Formats: sequence, structure tokens, C-alpha cells
Amino acid sequence: MIIPTLLCPLLLCAIGIAAAASFAGEACRRERVLPAIYGASALLCALIAVLALASLGAAPSTITLPLGLPWVGARFRLDALSAFFLFVAGLGGAGASVYAIGYGRHETAPHRVLPFYPVFLAGLFLVLLADDAFTFLFDWELMSLASWALVIAHHRDPANTYAGYVYLLMAAFSGFTLLLAFGLLSGGTGGYSFDAMRAAHPSAVLAAPVLLLALLGAGSKAGLMPLHAWLPLAHPAAPSHVSALMSGVMTKVAVYAFIRIIFDLLGTTPWWTAVIVLALGGATAVLGVLYALMQHDLKRLLAYHTVENIGIIFIGLGLAMAFRANGFAAGAALALTAALFHVFNHAVFKSLLFFGAGAVLTATGERDMEHLGGLIHRMRISSFAFLVGCAAISALPPLNGFVSEWLTFQAILLRPDLPQWGLKIAIPADGALLALAAALAAACFVKAYGVTFLGRPRTAAAANAQDVDRFSLGTMLVFAAICLLAGMFPGAVIDMLAPVSTALLQARMPTQLGLPWETIIPIAASRSSYNGLLIFAFIASSTGIAVWAIHRFASHAVRRGPAWDCGFPDPSPITQYSADSFAQPIRRVFGASVFRSRETILMPPPGDLRPARIEKFSRDLIWDVCYAPVGTAVATAAQALNRLQFLTIRRYLAFVFLALIALLLALALWQ
Amino acid sequence: MIGPFLVQAGQMALVLLAAPLLTGLVRKVKARVQRRRGASVLQPYRDLRRLLSKEIVLAHNASWLFRTAPYLIFALTWVAAALIPTFATGLIFSWTGDLIAIIALLGAARFLLALAGMDIGTSFGGIGASREVMIASLAEPAMLMIILSLALIAGSTQLSTIAAFMLSPEAGLRVSLALSLLAFVVVALAENARIPVDNPATHLELTMVHEAMVLEYSGRHLAMIELAASLKLLVMISTMACIFFPFGLVTGDAGAGRYLIGIGAYLLKLAIAGTVLGCFEMSIAKMRVFRVPNLLGGALMLGLLATLLLFVSVGL
Repeated sequence: MIIPTLLCPLLLCAIGIAAAASFAGEACRRERVLPAIYGASALLCALIAVLALASLGAAPSTITLPLGLPWVGARFRLDALSAFFLFVAGLGGAGASVYAIGYGRHETAPHRVLPFYPVFLAGLFLVLLADDAFTFLFDWELMSLASWALVIAHHRDPANTYAGYVYLLMAAFSGFTLLLAFGLLSGGTGGYSFDAMRAAHPSAVLAAPVLLLALLGAGSKAGLMPLHAWLPLAHPAAPSHVSALMSGVMTKVAVYAFIRIIFDLLGTTPWWTAVIVLALGGATAVLGVLYALMQHDLKRLLAYHTVENIGIIFIGLGLAMAFRANGFAAGAALALTAALFHVFNHAVFKSLLFFGAGAVLTATGERDMEHLGGLIHRMRISSFAFLVGCAAISALPPLNGFVSEWLTFQAILLRPDLPQWGLKIAIPADGALLALAAALAAACFVKAYGVTFLGRPRTAAAANAQDVDRFSLGTMLVFAAICLLAGMFPGAVIDMLAPVSTALLQARMPTQLGLPWETIIPIAASRSSYNGLLIFAFIASSTGIAVWAIHRFASHAVRRGPAWDCGFPDPSPITQYSADSFAQPIRRVFGASVFRSRETILMPPPGDLRPARIEKFSRDLIWDVCYAPVGTAVATAAQALNRLQFLTIRRYLAFVFLALIALLLALALWQ
Repeated sequence: MIGPFLVQAGQMALVLLAAPLLTGLVRKVKARVQRRRGASVLQPYRDLRRLLSKEIVLAHNASWLFRTAPYLIFALTWVAAALIPTFATGLIFSWTGDLIAIIALLGAARFLLALAGMDIGTSFGGIGASREVMIASLAEPAMLMIILSLALIAGSTQLSTIAAFMLSPEAGLRVSLALSLLAFVVVALAENARIPVDNPATHLELTMVHEAMVLEYSGRHLAMIELAASLKLLVMISTMACIFFPFGLVTGDAGAGRYLIGIGAYLLKLAIAGTVLGCFEMSIAKMRVFRVPNLLGGALMLGLLATLLLFVSVGL
């Protein structure tokens, strides 16, 4: 199974090179190149998804290719964990590629997107298949660099170049920390294949730095706070189908890296490592959604929601680590399944939402919600699909987002009797943070949908929008359907995840398929059960009854008229609630501490004809505390070292001599 | 012997019929406390009938969402009401959703209502939606924390299991339960837009939340929204009755007489809750909207405290 699976990303690489060649030679018409490249990418991605799904339950298979380092080759392995993530990545990649067949036509610089897009996909898949540290890091960097090239595709906008710069720095940082993590894992033996690392079983002293480095490396790629800074810059800068891939799939590949290192290579970790992951996950979930609420750029808002959802996934992973540390395999299986379920869900609905944002961008040329509004009248299908995505990410039943968060809550409730005090406090606190994040996410998506699609158009571009092409609409509808189906038949997804948790934890959740009416029962029927199918059926039938009764017995008369608005409607669309004013109450409640936000109202004295002004101030504390000082320090150091550039040759020779002496001394003292 | 299916159907009809009556009762109590005679307790039914027979005046730019939302909001609230054991625990579909799912269904209804409030693009709709989500962003987590503490006590998030546990002698008096009850009352007031969080009796006032969102609705749409609001009040009171005061609940299979007693006990509980709510609303002033987060934050902290207490005390 691994050979065809491995062939797909290699073919994707070839497509990328072919695309580059075709643009270099101007050999063929660009209009033909675009659908060919995206179509081939979509086919290969779909093939990978199918192959991965087929090999989920199969035994791991490995292969060594004569690539990479001489004499050792590149090892690849397809096991349950890889297969699940390959399935998610293949699904997201196929969707993004089909969407791009339509969306990409509006691309102003296709030669900056088309060659890198298949290579980016190949990088994503190869990371998931890698079975030694060298191959893993090489593919990781391939993925980072290809996506960096896509982020700066529209490099004439200074904001995009800046985003690309920050992204490149953070990608380098994440690659560096992962390199160190693998270095520690391979230990004294120097065996850099994953098999050797699995067998090595590092001591408890080593486990802590490995965990920390994995958190830094995978966390900075996934967007764990406070390492998320690049994400809200880079995701909006890229073309929308690439944004969907970066948010929906690439952050999941980072989650895969974390799971691979912590759950597979490292073995059981001490309990307090779970506290760190739980704390970071909870903080990321709540802060991510609070940041999202403050945005008025639609794509940036979605990017911050990716940060939030990564937090939710890490809460699940932290719970799994806590249960595993206490030898409670069944609980760990439930928590891990909840986290992986959320991985799948987020890949689906975040891709869908980015497709929707891309459709809005195509139709109006705007990402700023303050310039949109009323699109539901002009973009009927896009607005419907986007609504489904909003409801799914807000964890509303009967859609899929609810199920994974519900499972996470069940995992939180599972074991109040863990012996460690740190966990006794961290787990319920994370429950509260998760609940807060879910509620704030609903608020945020009321804002995002209400301001963008509802109300009256705020600009001419929004008023004259047209719905987008069939490829884009079809992809969005398919992904919306997946949201609904995964919510209605969650048992199928849970059973799909059983081989993964069996492989990593030697335990799995009870089989769900085959229970009456497709109910899911995570622990026992007396504890909790949920049935998305019936909930959907009930909602549908009660709505049907209500509609039937109303239309049978009540008045049918409808008269169109101007809006009532308490008798004082204002024709200007500026009088509507904007994104900023919608979030103002929440900013006032939460922002004072998180963003140091405040508002001042300048009221002119009576008789003065100047307008009253409201001014708001807020700070990004994470940037100011974590990033700005580092930047300042680097700049200062560079300034100081700059002097070394203009020395005489004698001075340089003196430096070389001194360095030699110092090294020799160090060597002598070492001996 | 009465089959579980009949119980389920009876409950769905009962909640639908009792909801306007409960609203009428609260209004009547409030009027009596103000030494007014007040409208009859049946007035909400008459209001509904009147609204149903009137034509709809729809704003020019109302979208399909605005027109479908009332039905969906009603359906979501009704499904939530159908999952709560009101007079008997033996509901045939009680395993369909647990307490978390019930709260999420109400959350879905609120999500749609807030969107509908923004659909016309008036400033009143926006202010209502914006404040509603602000209140919900604290009320929902508080509710979930209450659920977590209850689930830890009863070992289940299923309402019927929780009710059965509360009926059993093991339940006893617990600090966590008291904290949860207090937090639940606060959250229920906020969820139903009651004083001191919101005033269901006002119009044309800048402090209103729920009424501002539904300002553009008329005719049968408004009837659906009003019915859903009454139903939501009933859902909250029924949930509280089922968890904290489950006396008289029919468990297991029983004869018709036992069911009649159960229904009687349920109606009595509703009447008591309605009277208490009316008196409470008359004895307190409405809060400024930005003081509401303090109140709800307090409820959230109480819920968290109750949960923490259970986590900490379980090993001792």
C-alpha cells in the first residue's frame, strides 16, 4: 500500500517542476495549464485519501528509497496514524485543488502560485510518511518553503512581504527546535530512524526537554500561543485555496508531528508534562477566539480561529497524556479520539470557511468585513455553505463540531480521581476554558456571518457581487455536506480512529457502528450518549410540523415594506452595526485585561459644531512581550556587531588568533 | 400500561400547551404584585392567535434566513424541551441527547436568532444581537460548568440518570449542589432575558436585548418567536425542576394514575416557579448592561468552584 501512496507526492513534485518549466518556456497557453495542474493535484490528493482510508486498519508497511543521504537512504512508513492524517490532508488537498480550478482563474500572478502549489501538497504528504529524522525534517522544510513562496505570491503588497518574512523566521525556528528534539531522541546511539528512537526509550531527564522542544517546534507550526504570531499574518496573505490548505491541513501536520514525537517516539511521559500541554491548550483556545473577535479582516478572523481550534485539539492531547501517565488507557483513547476527531472536523469546516472567504474575495475584491454586507441576496449558495461552516465551527448540533467538543467534555468528566493535584486543578479549569472558547466562537461567527452576509451592503462592490463559479460552489457544498454527515454519523469517524488509538495507546473506544440508530456511547449508556442522526431528524420534523401547521391554519398574507426600526429607519448603510461595534461589548468585558483596551469619547462642548469622536486603543500583549523584545535585542546586537565589518586586516588576524587560543584552552580544560 | 412512546408524545404536547400559560402566569403575578389586576393568564394564547391571523410586514431586504429562522428557532427549542424529563423519566428518546446537547440546541436557537436580528441591517437588530452574544458568551460556559459539576455528582450527563440519582437517597445535601443551584438561577434569568439582565416587558428602550433582536418580526413569524421564548422559559424551569427538585417524577413503568400525579406535580412546580419568578422580578431593578457580565462571571466562577470542589474532594 505504501508504494502507490508514496508515488502520489513524488508525482506532485514532478507536476510542480513541470509547471515551473512550462512557465519558464512559455511553451503552452496558461489557460490550459491551470486546470491541468489543479485537476491532476485534485486527482492525486483524492487517490491518497482513498489509499489512506484503505490502509487505516492494515499493518504498518515501510520502504527505504535510495534518496537523501548517501548509503542510508530515505525511510518511509505508512501506519495508522500516518494514514489518518494522510486521509485528512488528502481530503483537504482535493477540495482545495478542485476549488482552485475556478478560483485560480482570477489569479493575477499564476506563475507565482502554480509551480509551488503541487510541491506544497507533496511536502505535506511526505512529512506524514517520513520514517526517519532526516527525511522528516527535509520534507518539513519543503512544506515550509513551498508555502512561504505561496504566501508571498502577491509580493508587491508590503503587508504580504512582511507576513512572508515573519513566517520564514518562525518556520526556521520550528525546524530548528524539531532538529534538536530529534537529536535528543536519537541520544548517544545516533540512530536517526524512528525505529531506533522508539527502541531507545529516553530517560525521564531527557523526556522534559524533548517535550519542550516538540511543543516549540510543532506548536509554532500549529499556531499554539504564544508562537502563533505568523499565522494570522501568513494565512490571509496567501491565495484563498492555499489559506485553506495552510489552516486546514498544514496546522494538522504540525499536530501530527507532536503526536508522533510524544505518543509514539517518546513513550509514556510524566504527569506534569500533561499540565503544561493542558495549560497551553486552554490558553490558546480562549485567547485565539478573543483575538478573532477583535478582527474585521475576514481571512484574518478565520486564521485566529485556527489558533483557537488548535488549542481545543491540544486540550484533548493533554488529557490523553494525563490519562496515559496514570495508566488509564481507555480514558487516553477517548481523549485522543476526541482530539483527532476535532482534527478531522477542523480540516473540513476551516477549509469550507476559507473557500467561502475566497468566494467573497472573488466576488467583491474585499476581505474587510466593514466594506461588505448583504451578500446573502447576491451569493445565495456561497452564503448557505458559509452558514453551515459557521454553525459547525460554533459547535452547534447536529453538525460535526459539536461532536468532537462533546467528546472532549466527556473526557474531562471521565476521571476526577487522578492522584496528582496539578491535574485535579488543570482538568476542570480546561473544561471552563473550553466552554468559554466554544461560546465565544459562536459569538464570533454571528459577527462574521452577520456583518459579511446579512444586513445591507456597505459598498458598491458588495451591492453588485455575483456568486462564484461552479467548481468553487460545488466544493463548498460538498464540504458543507461532510460537516453535516460527520455530525449525523459520528460513530463512523470514531470507529475510523480506533486503529490509531490502538497503535499508539494499545486501547480504543468501544465500537460505535452497529449501535441502534447510529447512537454514540463513548463510555457507557448510563453515562452519556448522543445521536446526531435523530437530533437532525427531530429538528427537521419539528420544523416541518411547525411550517405545516402555520401554513394550514394561520394567515398567508405577506406585505413587503420598509424596515420598521422603531419608526426611525436610516437609509444610510453606515448606521448598521459594523464588525467593530458588534464586538464592542465583548471587547469591553474581556479586552480590558487581555488587550489593555480602552475607549475615550471626545465630546465637544455645547455650541461647538465639531462631531463627537470615539477613540479606541488596544495592544497585542503577546507581540509586545514575546516578540518585540527579541526583535529589539537582535537589532541592537546587529548594530553592535556591525563595527566588526570595518576593521583592519591586523585586527581580524588578532581575532582569529584569540579565538584559536580560547578554543585550545577550552579543549585543555575539558580534558 | 402507558407506552414510552405515548409518554414522549404527551410530554411534547404538554410543554407546548403549558408554555404560554407559564408566561401568562408570570405576567399575572407581576401585575398583582404591582396592585394591578393584569390580563388574564390566558392572554398569551390570545396574543398568539391574534398574531397568527395577521399579515406579515416584511422588510424589503429580508432574506430567506429571516423567514426560515422563526420556524427553526421554534423547532430547536421544542426538541430541547422534548428531551427533558418533565413528569416522567421514561422518555423513549431521552438517550438521543444529554444535558450538554440540550444546552447546545438552545445555543443553536440563539445563534439563529442573533443572525436574524442582523439580517435587516437596522441598528436595533445589531445592538440586540451584539448584546445577546455578549451575555451568552458568559452564560453558556457558566451553564456548562454547572452541567460538569452535576455530571460529576451523578456520574452521568444524561438528564434522566441525573434525575434518578437525585431521587435516590445517595444524593444528600452537598456544597457543590448549592453552588450549582445558585449559578443555575442566575444563568436561567440571563438565558430567558428576565430582569435583572433584560426586561421582557419593554420596547423602545436602549437597554433591551431580546426585544431588540425581534423588533422586525411580525405576524406568524413573531408568533413562532414568542412561542419559542415561552418554551425556553419552560425548558429552563423544567431542567431546574428535574435536577434539583425531582419530586413526583415518574420513574420506570407505572399506571395511568401515577402519570396523572406526575403531571400534577410538574404543573405545580411550574406554578411555584412562575410565582417566585414574578415576585423576584418585581423586587429587583434591571441592571446596566455592562454590570451583567459581573453577575454572569460570578455564576461562571460558582460553577467552576463547584466543579473544582468535586475534583479536589473525590480522592479525599
